[in-house]
Amino acid sequence: MSDNGLTPELMLDMYYHMALARAVDDRMWILNRQGRAPVVYTSNGHEAAQVGSAFALNRGEDWICPYYRDLALVLAYGMTPREVMLHLLGRADDPNSGGRQMPAHWGHAKLHILTGGSVVATQDVHAAGLALASKVLKDGRVSVAYFGEGSTSQGEFHEALNFAAVHKLPVIFFNENNGYAISVPARKQMVVQDVAARAQGYGMPGVIVDGNDPIKVYEVVKEAADRARRGEGPTLVEAKTYRFVPHSSDDDDRAYRSREEVAEAKKRDPLTLFEAYLKKAEILTDDKLKAMQQQIKDVVNDATEYAEKAALPDPATLTDHVYGSM
Amino acid sequence: MAVLSYLEAIRETLRQELRRDSRIIIYGEDVGVRGGVFRVTEGLQKEFGEDRIIDSPLAEAAIVGTAIGAAINGLRPVPEIQFADFIFPAMNQIVQEAARIRYRSNGTFAVPIVIRAPYGGGVHGALYHSQSVEAFFAHVPGLKVVVPATPYDAKGLLAAAIQDEDPVLYFEHKAAYRSLKGEVPEERYLIPIGQADRKREGTDVSVITYGLMVSYALKAADELEKEGISVEVVDLRTVRPLDLSAIIETARKTGKVLIVHEDNLTGGIGGEVSALIAEHALFDLDAPIMRLAGPDVPAMPYSAPLEHAFMVTPEKIRDKARELAKF
Repeated sequence: MSDNGLTPELMLDMYYHMALARAVDDRMWILNRQGRAPVVYTSNGHEAAQVGSAFALNRGEDWICPYYRDLALVLAYGMTPREVMLHLLGRADDPNSGGRQMPAHWGHAKLHILTGGSVVATQDVHAAGLALASKVLKDGRVSVAYFGEGSTSQGEFHEALNFAAVHKLPVIFFNENNGYAISVPARKQMVVQDVAARAQGYGMPGVIVDGNDPIKVYEVVKEAADRARRGEGPTLVEAKTYRFVPHSSDDDDRAYRSREEVAEAKKRDPLTLFEAYLKKAEILTDDKLKAMQQQIKDVVNDATEYAEKAALPDPATLTDHVYGSM
Repeated sequence: MAVLSYLEAIRETLRQELRRDSRIIIYGEDVGVRGGVFRVTEGLQKEFGEDRIIDSPLAEAAIVGTAIGAAINGLRPVPEIQFADFIFPAMNQIVQEAARIRYRSNGTFAVPIVIRAPYGGGVHGALYHSQSVEAFFAHVPGLKVVVPATPYDAKGLLAAAIQDEDPVLYFEHKAAYRSLKGEVPEERYLIPIGQADRKREGTDVSVITYGLMVSYALKAADELEKEGISVEVVDLRTVRPLDLSAIIETARKTGKVLIVHEDNLTGGIGGEVSALIAEHALFDLDAPIMRLAGPDVPAMPYSAPLEHAFMVTPEKIRDKARELAKF
């Protein structure tokens, strides 16, 4: 084990959040297929990249700017399964948006999870701006933008990297490259092989990491965060991973990728790999795993029941929060 | 009391605000060393340093997008878009991000930024240095849109915009920068956003306008006075929110309303003001509502005769107001 600050307890906690995210994700799909949740966006397959990166940050203090794929990230950052389910079902107490935004549009002011829209890469410049304030105010915070590889075709991705590099901002650009923007493969987004290669054009380090290995992701993000806090500027991290299920509950991935390809990718399921690693290191035992699985089942059941019973927004609140003052 | 140009009033207000609140930062293209292409921010970097007066990369979406992030993390950014015509690359950040963040987060996030941009024509700026863009933003709930008409108003409205908890677009007419002068108190004062101002009392015709057109309407009113026509001039000051009661009050008073703007006619502020009058004061009117605005061509051409034909001038306002008075 390398000297990275990850204790067995922290690694178990990482595993717990990865498994929790997978279970919440599975439950959301079931709710969708039962007609109880209109739409689901998945993090299935991305858990190691998201949880590994979250654990490398000062959670609740550093800013994260997620995109719709980041269920495991926000859970690891402190959002509760109950809060996730309130969001999925559009309940009044949804802390992300009070039932205003469609699912997977995360945002939690108290946890320093920035609210996001649906146009991709908009959060990249927000992350640079959060970091600009950190630089001016010297608050010691790092900001992290999360995004898919498809969104690196957007102008704002490039504008954000350039702005951050010129002003040496404490920000990390964290790409979750699963090879597909819905149906469009990465080779139709860019000619270069790696998103990380683009860092060179902006004069910052571009680091490729195995996105199915939470420890490696943790180490890379920790280093990038340390670098940012030292005032040495931004880093572009590319976590190579795979999405095991369709883009959303309205997508059918059979139209654009073979079952063989998906089956091959699943051999490197981050959950299975990390479980084996922890068992081999004797951090996780069968008994512990069983207890954890039961705990997760209970938590997910509780979250589902809690959210389904929770009140819907009052239509009279439709016009609230347009302005702070008039 | 000091007499300042419109531009000086804006600069001195920025200086006063920067001194008052260390969270305020200014950035944009050329705002630092050069002090802006119009010199509005001249001298500010020297006084407040490169951390607060920042020459940013030439990318409008990033200028506005980073301002949003910086505001959320505790600063009060006052970004400058060099010309209002260049604001469109930042449209998504303004309309779908800044304007909606409070709403979409159920009131848990706010974006207190002021986007300053020089607008308007008559300066041989052609299609891309002459536009009036306020109507695009006035359509958007969540934004406030301010267009000052005098040095005095420029100061009070800018201070109010900077203190505001919501995103504000602050449009400065570039032909007004040096041509308009007026008394400006040294001490800080706020002009509430959303309140119109009657710039001239009159009884026969109401001209409702904003920005540079206010001074043009006042010139027209002076001339018409010699002809025995009494013109009231109402300056909207902010085009979102509109001051409904001031609009209705003047419509009821004179019964004849001319709405003037440099922005092109269709879908402009004039349409909205007309609708409010039609809804609230139709039976107080003695004549159809009239509008005088830029023509519905894509933008202002360069060559002098074409530019002049586009511009709303004091003479055009005078003629239209006379026509209305005689209706």
